[in-house]
Amino acid sequence: MSQYRIQGNTGEWEVVIGLEVHAQITSESKLFSGSSTGFGAEPNSHVSLVDAAMPGMLPVPNRECLRQAVRTGMAINAQINRWSRFDRKNYFYADLPQGYQISQLYHPIVGEGAIEVTLNEKDPDSPTKKIGIERIHVEQDAGKLMHDQHPTMSFVDLNRSGVALMEIVSRPDISSPQEAGAYLKKLRSILRYVGSCDGNMEQGSMRADVNVSVRKPGGELGTRTETKNVNSIRFMMQAIEYEAQRQVDLIESGGAVVQETRLFDPNRQETRSMRSKEDAHDYRYFPDPDLLPVELDDAFLEECRASLPELPDAKRARYEAMGLTAYNAAVLTAEAETAFWFEDLLAEGVDAKQGSNWLMSELFGALNKMGKTLDESPVNPKQAAELLSLVADGTISGSIAKQVFEIMLETAAQGNMMGAAAIVEEKGLKQTSDTGAIEAEIAKIMAANEDKVAEYRSGKDKLFGFFVGQTMKAMQGKANPQIINDLLKKALG
Amino acid sequence: MSVDKDTVNKIARLSRIAISDAEADKMVGELNGILAWVEQLGEVDVTGVEPMTAVIPNKLRLREDVVTDGDVRDKVLANAPAREGSFFGVPKVIE
Repeated sequence: MSQYRIQGNTGEWEVVIGLEVHAQITSESKLFSGSSTGFGAEPNSHVSLVDAAMPGMLPVPNRECLRQAVRTGMAINAQINRWSRFDRKNYFYADLPQGYQISQLYHPIVGEGAIEVTLNEKDPDSPTKKIGIERIHVEQDAGKLMHDQHPTMSFVDLNRSGVALMEIVSRPDISSPQEAGAYLKKLRSILRYVGSCDGNMEQGSMRADVNVSVRKPGGELGTRTETKNVNSIRFMMQAIEYEAQRQVDLIESGGAVVQETRLFDPNRQETRSMRSKEDAHDYRYFPDPDLLPVELDDAFLEECRASLPELPDAKRARYEAMGLTAYNAAVLTAEAETAFWFEDLLAEGVDAKQGSNWLMSELFGALNKMGKTLDESPVNPKQAAELLSLVADGTISGSIAKQVFEIMLETAAQGNMMGAAAIVEEKGLKQTSDTGAIEAEIAKIMAANEDKVAEYRSGKDKLFGFFVGQTMKAMQGKANPQIINDLLKKALG
Repeated sequence: MSVDKDTVNKIARLSRIAISDAEADKMVGELNGILAWVEQLGEVDVTGVEPMTAVIPNKLRLREDVVTDGDVRDKVLANAPAREGSFFGVPKVIE
C-alpha cells in the first residue's frame, strides 16, 4: 500500500511490523472472579480473594468475556476454535499475585483472520491492504504499580488484576508507521462496533506491543525488537519510526540488533532497552490444572453470530446503496460512534441524504468549534430529527434551520435547550407559503428596480438571482424559496 | 529427559527458591530419578490417542457476567507484609 523506505548509507531498507494489541474486554465482572471491572475505584476495592490469589481460590471463567472474544473473532472473519484451553505463563512480578498469568498459548479461542485497512478511511479511493491476524486469545490483566508514592516502596493496586483482555496478534504484514496507524484505527473501530472493547487508549483499555525489524527490500527478515505498552496511535507511529531508524543506523555502523524488549519514551520520542534479565522470557507455560478446556457449542456460536452488528465495511456499502456519496458513507462509518448516531437519526425518520449532509456539515462544524466529540454533543438524534423534519416538510427553509440550530446550541449551553419547533414558534420563523404576501413584495421590488427588470427581460438571466435575494430579504428569510422562484418567474415573464 | 546442575539452579532461580550448592547436587539426583520414573510412560504407544485433559468427564463451568464479589479490601490486605494505606507496599521494583 505505502512504499515506506528508510534511506541508509548502504541503500534502502524496508520495515517489517507486527502488532500485539491488548484490548480490555467490556464486561461487568472480571475474567475469573465476580469482582467489578469499574474504572477509577478506590485502590484494592475491586479485588476478591481470587484476584488476590489467596490459597485455595479457584478461577471460574466469565461467559461474557469468552463470548466477546468469539464475536470479535467473527467480526474479523477469523477461525473460531470450538476447543481452546488456558495455560499458565509463569513469572514473578509485584503486580501479579498469582505468580503466573492465566493466558492461552497453545490453543487460543480465535485463530486466523484478517482486516482490511486503508491509509485514509475517509477517502473512498484510498488504496486498501489486508493485514493478517494470527490469533486472538483471552488472558488476565495484571495489577497496577505506583512508584512515586514512597522513597523505598512501590505501591500495588490490584483493581485491574484479573480483568479480561483479548490479545490480538497481527501477522508481520505491516510495512510503515502509517499502515500501523491505519490498522490500529480500523481494529479499534471494529472493537467498538462489536462492543467488545471501548477502545479507550488513554484509560489503557487498548495498548499495543510493537514488533519492528528492518531488512533490505525483499531480503531475509531481520532481528526484531518489541516495544511494550504503547498507548496511543501517534506514539506507536513515532516509536516505529524511531526504532526502525535506530536499527538501520546500528546495522550500518557494524552492530547487530539484539532481540529485546524496549520502552517508548513519548517525551524524548525514543525507545529504550528495558535491560531485562536474561531469563525473563522463560515463562514455563503449561496447561492450567484449575481449568478445564473451553468447549463452545452450536447454540453459543449461533448467538455470537446473530448478535453481531453490521460492521463498518458492510455499513458503508449499504449507505452508498442508499444514495449517499462515497465520501459521506466513508466518514459516517469510520467511527462506530458516528455510525450509531446516524443510525439513530435515520430511526427517527430523517431522510438519509438530508441527515448525512446536516450531520457532516452543521453538527460536525458546531462540535468542532466547541471542541467536543459526537458523544458530548448537546443535541441528540431525536432533537436533531425534530429540526430536520421542519425543513423536510417546508415549515422552515435551510437557512432558517441554521439559525434555529444555533439557538438550540445557545440555549443548550445555558443549560436548558429549546426544541426546534418551540424556537420556530417563539421567534416566528415559520416560512410562509402565503403567495399573496410574496406577490405583494415582488411587485414592490419590481417597481423599485425597473431598470433591472428591463435588463432581465432583454436576456440578462443572471439577474434572476438578484430578484430572489431581494424577495427573500423582504420576506425576512421566511418565504418558501420554491414559491418565490415560481412567482418570480411568472411576474418577470 | 534429564537435568543437570545448571538447569536445577535455573529452575530454582525462576521459582525464587534459594538452594545451596549441596542442595542443588542432591536435587539433580532426585529430579533425574523422578524424570526417569515418569519416562516409563514413554513405553506406551499413544499414537492417535487424544491427550486427556481431566480424569473425570466434566465440562467447564462458566459464570454469568455479574458483580458478586470484591469490596473486601481489608480482608485482601490483612496478610500483606506491608500495608500502605489502601495499597500493598512492596520493595521498590522500578529499574
